[in-house]
Amino acid sequence: MLTAPLLEVSGLRKLYPMVAAKGWRRAPASSLHAVDGVGLTIGKGETVGLVGESGCGKSTLVRLLARLIDPSAGTIRFAGADIGTVPARRFGRGKERAHIQMVFQDATDSLNPRFTAFRAIADPLRRLSRLTGTALRARVEEVARLTGLPPELLGRFPHQLSGGQKARVGIARAIAVEPRLLILDEPTSALDVSVQAVILQLLEDLKQRLGLSYLFVSHDLNVVRLLCDRILVMYLGHIVESGPAEAVFAAPSHPYTKALLSAVPSLGNSATRERRLKLPGEPRSPIDPDPNVCPLYGRCFQATDACKTTMPALREVMPARHVACHLPALEAVPRAGPPLEPVAAVALRG
Amino acid sequence: MSVDRRAVPLLAIEDLSIEFRTRSGVVQALDSVGFAIKRGETMALVGESGSGKSVTAYAVMGILDAAARVTQGSIVFGGLELLTVERKVLDEVRGREVAIIFQNPRTALNPIRPIGRQIADILLRHGNVTAAQAPARAIEMLARVRIPDPKRRAAAYPFELSGGMCQRVMIALALACEPALLIADEPTTGLDITTQAVIMDLIAELASAHNMATLLITHDLALAAEYCDHIAVMHAGQIVEIAPKQQLFASPRHPYTAKLIAATPGDTTRLDTLAAIPGGLPDLRRVDLPACRYSARCERQSDDCLVPPLPRHGHGDGRLVMCQHPL
Amino acid sequence: MTEALRHARYVLAENPVTLFAFALFTFLVLCAVAGPSLVPYDPLASDTARALTGPSASHLFGTDQLGRDIFSRIIVATRVDLGIAVTSVALAFAIGTLLGISAGYFGGWTDRIIGRVVDTIMAFPLFVLAMGIVAALGNTLANIVYATAIINLPIYARLARTEANVRREAGFVEAARLCGNSEARIVLGQVLPNIMPLMMVQVSLTLGYAILNAAGLSFIGLGVRPPTAEWGIMVADGASFIVSGEWWVAFFPGLFLMAAVFCFNLMGDGLRDIVDPRMRT
Repeated sequence: MLTAPLLEVSGLRKLYPMVAAKGWRRAPASSLHAVDGVGLTIGKGETVGLVGESGCGKSTLVRLLARLIDPSAGTIRFAGADIGTVPARRFGRGKERAHIQMVFQDATDSLNPRFTAFRAIADPLRRLSRLTGTALRARVEEVARLTGLPPELLGRFPHQLSGGQKARVGIARAIAVEPRLLILDEPTSALDVSVQAVILQLLEDLKQRLGLSYLFVSHDLNVVRLLCDRILVMYLGHIVESGPAEAVFAAPSHPYTKALLSAVPSLGNSATRERRLKLPGEPRSPIDPDPNVCPLYGRCFQATDACKTTMPALREVMPARHVACHLPALEAVPRAGPPLEPVAAVALRG
Repeated sequence: MSVDRRAVPLLAIEDLSIEFRTRSGVVQALDSVGFAIKRGETMALVGESGSGKSVTAYAVMGILDAAARVTQGSIVFGGLELLTVERKVLDEVRGREVAIIFQNPRTALNPIRPIGRQIADILLRHGNVTAAQAPARAIEMLARVRIPDPKRRAAAYPFELSGGMCQRVMIALALACEPALLIADEPTTGLDITTQAVIMDLIAELASAHNMATLLITHDLALAAEYCDHIAVMHAGQIVEIAPKQQLFASPRHPYTAKLIAATPGDTTRLDTLAAIPGGLPDLRRVDLPACRYSARCERQSDDCLVPPLPRHGHGDGRLVMCQHPL
Repeated sequence: MTEALRHARYVLAENPVTLFAFALFTFLVLCAVAGPSLVPYDPLASDTARALTGPSASHLFGTDQLGRDIFSRIIVATRVDLGIAVTSVALAFAIGTLLGISAGYFGGWTDRIIGRVVDTIMAFPLFVLAMGIVAALGNTLANIVYATAIINLPIYARLARTEANVRREAGFVEAARLCGNSEARIVLGQVLPNIMPLMMVQVSLTLGYAILNAAGLSFIGLGVRPPTAEWGIMVADGASFIVSGEWWVAFFPGLFLMAAVFCFNLMGDGLRDIVDPRMRT
């Protein structure tokens, strides 16, 4: 596995200045750290899941990676080329634009209400692939077929389509220009469970057929588990844990990951309520966070003094498992599944 | 006339059918919906969008849209027939004996009134408190739903609070008068997973402390499984199956229930075993709807599925299936 | 397209008032287009022998103080009034929408500068501003059009600004950026079509104001110059005769003026029903 990763990100930061003007003079600049030093890689053909709750910065991270906004610091390398330095405004004109595409959460919101499905899918083909006329029409129909969208629906407007059909239009539009990395921002959270199953299977099928890599953002951990090879857990602008999906789900290491997993309701397993790990209070403010304090400090159930004097770095505690914690303890979380090998609790000194 | 909290069952809905008059036709929103909740029980009404679960909840509260018409059926709550009782009595029942919490808590609260005052309002309306006692009782309620620093927060406006906090305020409002039945309409949609867990745990705890019955409306089968003893599954305005939770998951008897369970990702599901449910909801404006509205999507369907009446197979112990060919 | 037409027909059938407004509009347009060639008398031909005769079989609306046939003059005036109204509204719409949409979408300094310009215009009582512009630049038809356009600009700018502002965060705008659209293309190709329906409704409503404005300017002598037939001038001429009992000189032009404004307002309401997306199935 020594092929270069498709996407390589390191030290990524996005700060939003919060300027409180006092008369004509500006108060000392404070800033909101939406993304605070994130590093990750996505390999070719890999599906990487990104989980985290509201306010963790995943929307901002996703928009940075899709190059819709510019980073404040850090590097983004795509297929070896540095794409972080090109301003977002100019990125749309480059050839990399077609390589990174996105499927949005709310298909209703992401489709122009005045455009037919055809026009929505044709838009990137016109702009990026420069297709016109019959070639354009052929490609749109081909992509519609690939996503299971009946061609007679191409002339319809969004308000005439069902939730599942709109989701397909969104996916068709994203894959039309043959991207290599597809960022999926909660693509099925607005859909009914029956439709979600179809769309997830479609996404997996497309990935195999077209050789895509996915960054799959979702708050539904069970869905992430289905599709993803690796997952990244995000909290307050930091990646706090990363590793192979099955391994992280079976034996989470970071306290936040443990709390998150214990909060997921599961079918036929009502004993979870007793084992619920609670994080009291609310997440800390992302404005001017103290760079020496762990973001979870104050809510964490296993804090030590080191947690408030040194920021834990994301480091490898086991092969392919990275955790940003001074006390990463790998404990198996009992789940209603096949019996797991007992994992010895590993406590490393910070 | 008043509600008898010890009536058995506490809430009994029978044969309820509701239609909506719209510009494009008459929508048969509910068709012969019936189920019962006993005192202190937790029941989940589970279904996808368009299944009619919210309509049922709103019918119990009497807050249906003006275009709705109840064409048949009864809703008996604590011995009172809510559909025919006079407006004055209904106003007394609502808020005091049965309360509802909504999806999207921030929009369900009055944006220009501090939360403490909103709780005091409902206490003054229904509770036996004087105007002097109300503010203190409101702060007590805020503490009971674990809002930190309740005295200071009572003066806060909804926009100053997070989604989870707003939902706690809604719960405080609903529980202020200690109702016998709490209806929770998708209370955690839009909330984070950890917040969802905390809110649902809070509801469960308060419900058991007051011996309050809960009707949870949700599309999330797993959520229903964690918090409710009984589950009623709805499809296109019809109840298809009712069962105690363990039995529903161990041996579902309606084909739709089985498909729904198979389509819900769980701990051990694999992508290729995730079931999709073919077809879509029937158009509820049609006049020629089949007796079983799931039949068009069902592999076990036959001609007798189209002809009313739909058979109800009861099995005592709270189980009910409405199907010609149960599993 | 057919769905839009079907919906339009549905709205018109449901609401007889809207239907009436559209019928009246068609009539006015016909007058403007075909009127001058079909009128019985030359609108400028004076016949002092027949001055101030009341409505009769030969002169449907009577004659004015110079013996000109009022009916003919009114029909011909339709072209003038409608022409001024349509041209000035078209100008106000084009420039106002462009300014407003830029201000709403780009924000920042664009918004501030355009906002100040629009605020300045709105700081004046609009009719007084129109008077001032025409008085300063002279009584020509062109100047009336410019003055009317300027005073109606703010409405479009503000409406376009609000609508663009709401939509700049919409998902489809982000999706359009991902598709390689430049900001200019997004504004003109994606956002503008979305706000068009509301702007069209505003156009209809503003047409009423524009006619009133033109007529008002003419009424006080700052508008169209005699002997051109124009409703406002005719009302002004006839005003002095009401007291002496020759009511028809002012009445009929006033009636047409009222009908036109009424018609455009009703049409605006009807248009709103047709284009309002919530009305669609």
